[in-house]
Amino acid sequence: MSQQEFYLIGAMAIVTFLIRYPLLAISNHIRLPRQIIEALNYLPPAVLTAIIVPAVLMPTGDEIILSYSNAKLVGAIASVVVGWRTKNLLATIMCGMLVFTVWQWLFSP
Amino acid sequence: MSHSQVHNHSPSTEFIAGAKAIIPLVIGAIPFGIIFGTLAQSSGLSFVGAIAMSALVFAGSAQFIALGLLATKTALPIIILTTFVVNLRHLLYSLSLVSHVQRLSPFWKFILGFWLTDEVFAVAINRYHKSDRSIHKHWYYFGAAIFMYLNWQVCTVIGLTLGHLIPNASNWGLDFAMSVTFIGMVIPYVKNKPMVVTVIVSGIMALITQNLPHQSGLIVAATAGVIAGMVTQKINK
Repeated sequence: MSQQEFYLIGAMAIVTFLIRYPLLAISNHIRLPRQIIEALNYLPPAVLTAIIVPAVLMPTGDEIILSYSNAKLVGAIASVVVGWRTKNLLATIMCGMLVFTVWQWLFSP
Repeated sequence: MSHSQVHNHSPSTEFIAGAKAIIPLVIGAIPFGIIFGTLAQSSGLSFVGAIAMSALVFAGSAQFIALGLLATKTALPIIILTTFVVNLRHLLYSLSLVSHVQRLSPFWKFILGFWLTDEVFAVAINRYHKSDRSIHKHWYYFGAAIFMYLNWQVCTVIGLTLGHLIPNASNWGLDFAMSVTFIGMVIPYVKNKPMVVTVIVSGIMALITQNLPHQSGLIVAATAGVIAGMVTQKINK
């Protein structure tokens, strides 16, 4: 490992930890207003959705592709349907991946 | 979703339940870890460097972006600044955990903080939101986190050593595994009007803010979704 790599990884580790840890460290001294605690209930679905939607609708990263040729979109729709019906996480993942893989194979150039 | 009932809340049952709950997300992370290891050396990161990064930074998307920046010979301070922005969402996660970890020892806070990722947070916060009064919920978090962590290390090494055997692994669209995993995690939340609004607004905002640098649009979109959900909740009352 070169010296530059050492500094890079060290700095990335410290920066990441200094985001994740401090609020936990001082949590005893924080009293969150009820409003904030309520708002934080919406955070997990909000963040996850903000990660999912561009990944699925913009598979190339630069444009929205709303077409049957977008295998990620078709796979995502399949997983939403299965997830909604079964409420089973593993089934949701498996069906989504299966539909995506088959679709990609069928329509790949 | 099919979470097994936890009848006995001892540390070991919590630990095992947490490890079990994160299995689907661990599976979803496998292709990512392997692809990271595969791309590391061609991006200019050494074998030891790749292992150290997975072990010490433990942040999938930031690690991938760092590889991309390394490959284009980006200056070190820029990579570090990017890491900061990309990981800033973890600050919101830790804010969500504040009211749940208050009575834990500094050691516990240290390790739970170190292991705070998207996947671990999504699983652990589900446990914290359950109404039972178990005092060992952090063991659930611990079980989920250590499983995710060890898997990430093993997959990095597999990618580093065997990655060249998989042609164009990064072009297979295996990153889609994470998208479907997250879809499965979001669905149980969407059971009332404010949650529907949250999901729609953050999805649309994520598309609109996609071009903001270093994935900072993610935070804008999530915040907009949270606010929209809160406003809907107030109006509905």
